[in-house]
Order: sequence, then C-alpha cells, then structure tokens
Amino acid sequence: MLLLCGTAQMADLIDILVVGAGPAGGNAALAAARHGKHVVLLDEQVKPGGQIWRAKDSSILSAPQTPESSAGDALRAQITKAQIDHRGSTRIWQIERQTEGWDVHVLRDGQVERLTTKTLVLATGAHEFVQPIPGWTKPGVFGLAGATALFKQNLSPPGQRTIVSGTGPLVFFVASEICRLGGTVAAVVTPNTRRDWVAKLPALARRVDLALRGALWIVHLMMDRIPIFWGCSVVSVEGVARVESAEIQKLDANWAPKGETWSIDADSLCLGHGLIPSIEAPQLSGVTISYRSDLGGWVPDIGEDGATSVEGVFLCGDGTGIRGAAAAELHGTLAGLSAAEHLGARTAKERATLRSRFNRAARFGLAMTALSTPRPGLAMLTKPDTIVCRCESLTQTRIAQEVEVGAASTNAVKSGLRAGMGPCGGKYCQTAIARFIAMHENRPEAEIPPSAPRPPLRPVPVSALSADFDYDDLPIPKPAPL
Amino acid sequence: MIRLAPDQSAQIRRTEKVEFTFDGTAIWGHAGESLAAALIRSGRLHLRDAPEDTDPRGAFCLMGLCQECLVVLEGQTVESCRIELQPGIDVTSLRYGADG
Ligand SMILES: Cc1cc2nc3c(=O)[nH]c(=O)nc-3n(C[C@H](O)[C@@H](O)[C@H](O)COP(=O)(O)OP(=O)(O)OC[C@H]3O[C@@H](n4cnc5c(N)ncnc54)[C@H](O)[C@@H]3O)c2cc1C
Ligand code: FES
Repeated sequence: MLLLCGTAQMADLIDILVVGAGPAGGNAALAAARHGKHVVLLDEQVKPGGQIWRAKDSSILSAPQTPESSAGDALRAQITKAQIDHRGSTRIWQIERQTEGWDVHVLRDGQVERLTTKTLVLATGAHEFVQPIPGWTKPGVFGLAGATALFKQNLSPPGQRTIVSGTGPLVFFVASEICRLGGTVAAVVTPNTRRDWVAKLPALARRVDLALRGALWIVHLMMDRIPIFWGCSVVSVEGVARVESAEIQKLDANWAPKGETWSIDADSLCLGHGLIPSIEAPQLSGVTISYRSDLGGWVPDIGEDGATSVEGVFLCGDGTGIRGAAAAELHGTLAGLSAAEHLGARTAKERATLRSRFNRAARFGLAMTALSTPRPGLAMLTKPDTIVCRCESLTQTRIAQEVEVGAASTNAVKSGLRAGMGPCGGKYCQTAIARFIAMHENRPEAEIPPSAPRPPLRPVPVSALSADFDYDDLPIPKPAPL
Repeated sequence: MIRLAPDQSAQIRRTEKVEFTFDGTAIWGHAGESLAAALIRSGRLHLRDAPEDTDPRGAFCLMGLCQECLVVLEGQTVESCRIELQPGIDVTSLRYGADG
C-alpha cells in the first residue's frame, strides 16, 4: 500500500471507513463489505482483534489457544478472506467534515496521511479508569485492563509476584492469566463483595458459558490458595523506585476505605476500576454526548443500529457504552449494515433479526459494567498529596486549589493547570478530576462533562507534519520530554 | 497440590533471544516482542523520570496511551510498549533525577 503523503496524491474516496478493528469495528467492516461497499479498516494495533482479542506479537511462535486468541484468530481470518483493506499500526488523530464526506488524518510509520470517506463507522472501544492512590505512579503498577495487553500480545506476566486489585470480572481474569503464564499472584483484592456477585445471578444465568468461566477462575485461585480479599482495595503502594509492597484496606458499602490496613509484599500491582467509553473521535465528528452511569459514564448520543444525528457517522461497540465484547460484535454488524444502507444497500430485514440478540448480549454486559463501575466512596482513596494527573505530576491538592478558585469543570482545571493537556491527552485524569469536582461540590457527575476533545487524538511527532497540510491552528501538545 | 489453572508457560515457544542494551547494560529479549515486555521481564521497570518532579515512572497502560513508558532509541523518544525489539539496539531511559 502506497503512503498518500502531503498533496502528492489525492486519496480515493472510500465508501465506509471504519476506525477500530475490535469486535465492533471488525464486524462492521465485514457487514459493509458483504454488501459490496469499499471498506477501509484502520487500527493502531498491528492486527485486528481490539482489546479483548489483541493478537500475539511476532516473538510468539506457538502457544496454547485461549477463548480470546481463538475468537481473535476467527475474526482475523474472516477479515483476510473478505479482502477488507485493513491497515494496522495506523493512528487516527483528527477527523474533519468536508463537502464530500470526511477527512480522516492518520499517522502511520511516522508519516501523516489523509483519507477521505463518504461515511464513518467509529468503533474506538474503551479505556480504563484507575482511581489514583498514593504510590500508583511507581514503576511496577500497571492498569488492570492494560495488563491484559501484556498477556495477549507478549504472553508474559507483569512480574514475579503480583497483587491484582480492581472491580468486576476483570480482576479474576487477570489473576488467572498471571497463573497461566507462570507468574505468582500474591493476592486478589476486589471492592465487590460475594453478595454483589450473587445479586447478579439472574444476569449471569443468561450467559451460563461466561458465568462458568468466571466461576472457574475463582475456583482456580482458591485451589491455588491465593487469598481473595472481598470488599477491599489496595489503598497505597510502597517502594523506593518500584513496587515493593502494597497496603490493603476494607471498604464500606459505598467503597470508602475504613478500618485498619495491612501490607503484602509484591513486585508488581495490577490496578483498575472499570472502563470508560472512548468518545473523543465521535465528539470530533460532532456527535453530542450524554451522561449514563449504567453505560460507564459519558457516551455519544446514538439512535437505532449505531446511527447518529450527524449524517454519515455511525458508532458501535464499547465506545458507545460498556456493554462488553459479545454485544460489541452484534452492534458492529448493525452499524456496518446501517452505514451500507445509508449508501443505498437494503439491510432493514437483516438488522431487525439481529437487534434482539444485541439487546440480550447487552443486558449481560451491562450487569458486568454495574459490578465494575466505582461507587462514589472510592474517590476517598485519593489523598491530598496523591498525584492525579500523571503527565504533569499534579496532586489532588493542586487540583482542589483550582476548584476552590472557581474551576467548576474539567475544562477550567485543564486550562488553569494543564491537567489533561499532557502527552496522554487527559485519558488517565479527566474522569478522576470530574469525580473529584462532583464530590467536592456535591454535584452529580452528570453536570460535569469531559472537556472538549482537541486534536491530535494521539501524539503526533512534529517531524511528521508536512508543510503541505494546514496544521497551523492545531494545538500540538507539549512534545514528549527529551 | 492440584493446580486447576495450569501453568502453560513451558508450552509457549518464542523466537530466539537477542541482545540489546538498556542504559549501557546488556539485556536479552525475544526478537519481535515489545521493548517494554523485554524490559519488564528483565526487571527494568524504571524507564523514565517524571519531568515535573523527577519521580521514577515506568510502563503503565501497555497500549500506547499513557506515554509513561517513553525511552530513547536512536535519538528518538519512543513508546517502548509499541516498539518491536530488534537485536543490537541501544535504548536509554529518560532520566532527570539523581538516583539513577
Ligand atoms: C485494555 C483493555 C483490555 C480489555 N480486556 C478485556 C478482556 O480481556 N476480556 C473482556 O471481556 N473484555 C475486555 N475489555 C473490554 C473490551 O472493551 C471488550 O468489551 C471489547 O474489546 C469491546 O470491543 P470494541 O470493538 O467495542 O472495542 P475495542 O476492542 O477496544 O476496539 C477498539 C479498537 O480501536 C482502536 N483505536 C481506538 N482509538 C484509535 C485511534 N485514535 N487510532 C487508531 N485506532 C484506534 C484500538 O486500537 C482498538 O483496537 C478490555 C478493555 C480494555 C480497554
Ligand atoms: S505503557 Fe502507556 S504508552 Fe506505553
């Protein structure tokens, strides 16, 4: 594939450009291609699969299959067979409305490129939320969901002796994977109680296969005599220049820490508190957002089958609410069909048969999201001198001072302190800051929207920006420190 | 003890080990794995110092979002979690602090 750089070549007009090659985007591309549309599928990962089915890297010659690797291989095979123009290692950093459709600016092999498409399917998935705790910036602390990338891609555990702390089913999956890959789990710590899980039995009964798999993870851990601390959280991390131990504390029903703490030695910690829909790309395309705690926070406003009020823009998957992978696959197919319909295909019947399956899968996914979403007390884990914004090393006290002088939104904190303007683009602090403002001012989170996203969505090295493009008005974030 | 969750690490076949350097020390990793994975396996977790307070930092999100895993490779700052390990590369951490 030729790199279309600068104005040297005008890009072909694509029918449907799909951003994100996970269960949602991959299936959207397949559905649209079945209806004869010219589809391009972009993802920053090398191969399709998304977060749940992330592909192994080229260092792995062979390895036992897992349900995730098999499902991912099946999707990858289908995409190859359908001859979809999949471009991996391609980061989307800007989306602009044009008269004929949309310009999508991407970064690939250190070069910028512009693609033009009639319609967009945005399937950018989710990123994880981690409530900041003292010491969470120490080397050896990994995101709970992020750690699964190490398992799926590199088949490596995060250390020799790992504490796994977090919400929902993911904490048990991560612990089980660490054991499978030869690591040792020092303890599993979860704010959920056994009673929280029992309350979800009706939802679990709808997906007996997935429920059994989860139950097996827990039985494995118990048989291996790995301590599971229910209703608890890791509340601080100790160590000089890396994780050496972590303090654990009981939580109350609202997930605020209470009572005595105890310490466990470990060289690594996986820490995470649920997922947040990645809504920046839909926002850049002009889709409005609403707050939905049941869906994991702020989500783009969508209609039936992924349609939006912006003509030619379709959305699907966890980026529209954390409904899980099974729902994301079906939602992707629905959105791909909607986009094809928009370009003249007849898909109404096919969509009608899929909708009830999607709704069923979503009900199970949302039950897991409810277990994973933090309760308000968890915000108390962040102490005054805890770093909240990792990029700028800003503590909660600094953010509180900004809020005291009147910053009532994440936008205001951002412009006052640069919190959220560092190289990560606010992905790891914006939600914590919003939740802090909500707690501090006793306002609902629904009143504190995330700051408007500004391109680039991913870091773009200045060296990649060619003079042929009109990038002058782009606020390029502070270059990575050298 | 019965182990229900079998340790499958011995069944994983990887590419041969190749040498590279991190801050001048020779380290072995598997060609084609991410640089961050090789560094984590060798116990090198402290990859950079935070620019504002020089506190030690290392890989966190493992998926190219947080920028905590930045290291220097051939004069360029790169995300070690998204760079494939090649034999013979010289990698340095981004350090400002005194503790090294
Ligand atoms: C780190 C992580 C790990 C997870 N692991 C599991 C798991 O093990 N089991 C489980 O049941 N659920 C897991 N989930 C939940 C997961 O989101 C699934 O529900 C499922 O992957 C959702 O599918 P999706 O297609 O909507 O999104 P995703 O699978 O997240 O796919 C979105 C894709 O978009 C790409 N993308 C996003 N933005 C850009 C951009 N700007 N440029 C280029 N590409 C972009 C991403 O690389 C990604 O491949 C995980 C979530 C995260 C964040
Ligand atoms: S670990 Fe977050 S960008 Fe590499």
